[in-house]
Amino acid sequence: MRLEYFQMIDRISLLDPEARLARADCRVPDESPVFEGHFPGHPLLPGVLMIETMAQIGGWLVLATLRFDRMPFLVQVKEAKLRAFVIPGQALEAEAKLLHDGSGFAVVAGKISADGKTVAGAEITYRVVPFPNATLKGEMLKTARRIAVPKAFFDAA
Amino acid sequence: MSSTFDTVAGIISETCDIPREKITLESHAINDLGIDSLDFLDVAFAIDKAFGIKMPLEQWTQDVNEGKTSSDKYFVLQDLCANIDALVAAKTA
Repeated sequence: MRLEYFQMIDRISLLDPEARLARADCRVPDESPVFEGHFPGHPLLPGVLMIETMAQIGGWLVLATLRFDRMPFLVQVKEAKLRAFVIPGQALEAEAKLLHDGSGFAVVAGKISADGKTVAGAEITYRVVPFPNATLKGEMLKTARRIAVPKAFFDAA
Repeated sequence: MSSTFDTVAGIISETCDIPREKITLESHAINDLGIDSLDFLDVAFAIDKAFGIKMPLEQWTQDVNEGKTSSDKYFVLQDLCANIDALVAAKTA
């Protein structure tokens, strides 16, 4: 994870649109400017960044489901629960289950686990729209390669 | 239609916190009931789930934006329910 660049996903470990499921590895960095303010002397991964992490793994699942034809943008977070503190250096697993692939929107159930224990969960809704420009699509494809999204999902994109 | 309307009205009432008695067959979801586009996603999610369909919201929105049809055709509840019934019938045909 590179918190200050909003790079929350290190590596996709499972991406299965047929099973409507995605998982990813995310390691909290040992150091980050974020921890200077959150909190001085007691560094914790901010809850909003846990929500962002769930939104990102869900977003990759939606992108793969649509073969990178459209871009999901976060519009709603429901029932967010932050169940435990997450500290620097901790290894996390982010998971998303696609609850609904609607017309122009998608809903996922997001979850984060640490050592097999759930530390966060939320229901996340995206508006799914055409990519607003080629730059964003190019950057998403570049990131897809970096985090090991299987090539089959964006070959034709 | 009657049971479709009852289900849809119940979903709108619960999802958007609108008293059930204010929701009629003639209500326009946006103009009369004040449901905004984000709340309508919740309504669409619940309707899709309840009826096992995928309402073609993108196509409907495009039709309205391009002036091909009035928004009444999709968002007045009587018409919305007729569209839902047609989608359910098409699925089971």
